[in-house]
Amino acid sequence: MPSENPNFRRIVNDPTLSSAQKARALSLEAENSLTYPQIDEETRNALDARVICDMYEGHAPYKPRYVLPDYGVVLENGSEWLELPAPKTLDEAINTLMIAYHHVPSVTAMPVYIGQLDDLLLPFCEGVSDEALYQKIKLFWRYLDRVLPDAFMHANIGPTDNRVARAVLRVDAELKQIAPNLTFFYDPQISSDDILRQAVENITKCSKPHIANHPLHGEVFGDRGYGIVSCYNALPVCGGASTLTRVNLAAVAERSRNVEEFLAVKLPHYVDLNFRLTEARIDYLFNQSGFFDSFLVTEGWIDETRFTAMFGIFAMAEAVNVLQDKQGAKGRYGHDPQANALGHRISARLEELVAARTLKNVWRSRAMLHSQAGLSTDTGYTPGVRIPYGTEPDPVSHVQALAAHHRHYASGVSEILTLDETVNANPDAVMDLCKGAFAKGFREFTANVGGNDLVRVTGYMIRLSDVEQYNAKNGSRTNTTALGAEAAKCTSILQRKPRVVANELLAGADQ
Amino acid sequence: MNSLRAPISKILNWSCVDGPGNRMVLFFQGCNYNCAACHNPHTIGQCNNCGDCIPACAPQALSLVDGRISFEADLCTHCDECLKACQINANPMVQTYSVKDICALLRENISFLSGITVSGGEATLHLPFIKALFSETGKDPKLKHLSRFIDSNGHLGTTAWQSVLDVTDGFMLDIKAFDPELHMRLTGRKNDRSLASVRMLHEAGKLYELRFLMIPGRTDSETEIKSLIEFARTLDGPVRIRLNAFRTHGVRGEAAGWPPVARARVETAAGMLRHANLGPVELPALW
Repeated sequence: MPSENPNFRRIVNDPTLSSAQKARALSLEAENSLTYPQIDEETRNALDARVICDMYEGHAPYKPRYVLPDYGVVLENGSEWLELPAPKTLDEAINTLMIAYHHVPSVTAMPVYIGQLDDLLLPFCEGVSDEALYQKIKLFWRYLDRVLPDAFMHANIGPTDNRVARAVLRVDAELKQIAPNLTFFYDPQISSDDILRQAVENITKCSKPHIANHPLHGEVFGDRGYGIVSCYNALPVCGGASTLTRVNLAAVAERSRNVEEFLAVKLPHYVDLNFRLTEARIDYLFNQSGFFDSFLVTEGWIDETRFTAMFGIFAMAEAVNVLQDKQGAKGRYGHDPQANALGHRISARLEELVAARTLKNVWRSRAMLHSQAGLSTDTGYTPGVRIPYGTEPDPVSHVQALAAHHRHYASGVSEILTLDETVNANPDAVMDLCKGAFAKGFREFTANVGGNDLVRVTGYMIRLSDVEQYNAKNGSRTNTTALGAEAAKCTSILQRKPRVVANELLAGADQ
Repeated sequence: MNSLRAPISKILNWSCVDGPGNRMVLFFQGCNYNCAACHNPHTIGQCNNCGDCIPACAPQALSLVDGRISFEADLCTHCDECLKACQINANPMVQTYSVKDICALLRENISFLSGITVSGGEATLHLPFIKALFSETGKDPKLKHLSRFIDSNGHLGTTAWQSVLDVTDGFMLDIKAFDPELHMRLTGRKNDRSLASVRMLHEAGKLYELRFLMIPGRTDSETEIKSLIEFARTLDGPVRIRLNAFRTHGVRGEAAGWPPVARARVETAAGMLRHANLGPVELPALW
């Protein structure tokens, strides 16, 4: 009799997983029993040493990591494949979206993008009262949280001040759910101060929404637009990202003799290896998996030429501190101007290296640099270009120290500003901070306010009370709680001042 | 005017509790009160260069140069051991700044700020500096939108207030106690000048907030709250009142052993103030 894989049995018998969560974990194990896409030995060694990383995405990429459908297509035309007529009323439109979401895969097996909801729903709102709109959005929101309980699922609104955006903000602050996650696009030329204030007041209640610097993103993505999905990922709409791979900058720094060798030799080398890994995975997705034969392509929900490759980096803080040690400098990342400047130099070098590589089957033939938020197993490494937990300066100095990084990371920068509860009495101070951050070039503004049960773990939300309950072996209804709980144990996220959780793990609780 | 320099204990470029929006706050060194309940007692005294703090400084950021304390900010690890060693409630880390220095800091952080607040210590001990600073920011095209606030114990005289009235947008004044004897016990000063200052600045339309610190067994009595209400009633028009709650954080000496005030006690006082319909009532943001 063939021997049993112990992981399968452990998943099946795990009392903290629901049967659907078990099915998902089992499918990952099954995928990982296949042979990995063909990579050379050097790349394999770097991957095994985790200097480069595939986010534990699985051995056979049969779907893109992030899919951002143009839901406008199904609302306008209906779907032949799904036998759906084009919706005519608001109820029909919401119902169509609810059905559509179930057919959009991603790395989490749940949709990470549920659309620019105000653009999608406003055309159906004529003759619908504000109160009726609020009630319908409330039911929609409840459905999303209960049926697609994954906090990487992300809704977008703005930049205009409109009825749907208002209703969404009202409902989101009232229900305080972990899902969906929410981003408000802010454009000082278009958005009213009043709706920005509403968004900021929501932040003081439930640490949502994120606020995106719309003019900056717009410049990158052009007319066909973008969405903010999962954790701070800015990606083309009607496309997405095929892969996210990443380089551990601290591990590269440890392998370098000094700053010069790091910038001139080691970093280019590991960037190259990470590209080889990316290419192998994209090649499998495009040329073997058959994903792009789907009705999503033939009906125009997605366009296979609009999928980028996200080139992630993390542990900038540790990398800079290691290199500072090697050159006998005392200044620490986040606090010392010289250390910060070295960080900015590394970001500029990364952008240069990433722009120099042409890729097949990738939007505009170039990868997009991404400051990656971390995995729940990243013990000892700080996400992206963030300042290490517990050592952050005041929020203004924090923004000033990091702002120069942002222009290099076109597909997003994961950063969280932690504010104490005193801001609840003075939301205008948060408005000042947000506008200041954007004036300095921040791509996204994300804040956690102390005292909220609902907090952000990278880009996704968890309830602290859920984590406590999970740790007490009670299990949880939502998939991401397990990741948050693991992150809380393995990394020092809960030590953040006053407290922030940071992590993104998509491989399941057992990785 | 611009050659003026002032000793500043600390500068914050993020504060959401010193007036509207985010503000840069300057904490001037030195105070003319000596409050038992002070939560920043190291801002009260002025350094006399005695050198008692030097042995306490492990990273050796402090030394005596030509009989004066020299502080090397780069070496400081912010352990605050020097503050504990100081016998006169001073701070050897104080640095002096010119108006130009502060304007440069404001420009550096301008996109994040709604305004600037001067606090302390007692800010008004450095009135010529404040006047010069606020005149300068009011004239500078890049800084003039910043609102200018003074946080004070109100001990300053009428003529002196008038000299900064035109260049200041808002005042936040503390009344430490209404009973004159209690005030004397808590601060070492009488309260007649503070009360007069509140009246005068409110009349001028520039009193942003009246603040009252509730200390258990001392200023949290019904009599004191009633006196606060009576006083506020004599002011012409609504006044915004902030109730602060005594905590032992940072407090030295006898008062460090006083109990913190119970939230319910502050809520009750707030209820009385609201009932009297005097204007907005603000409570501590944190408990």
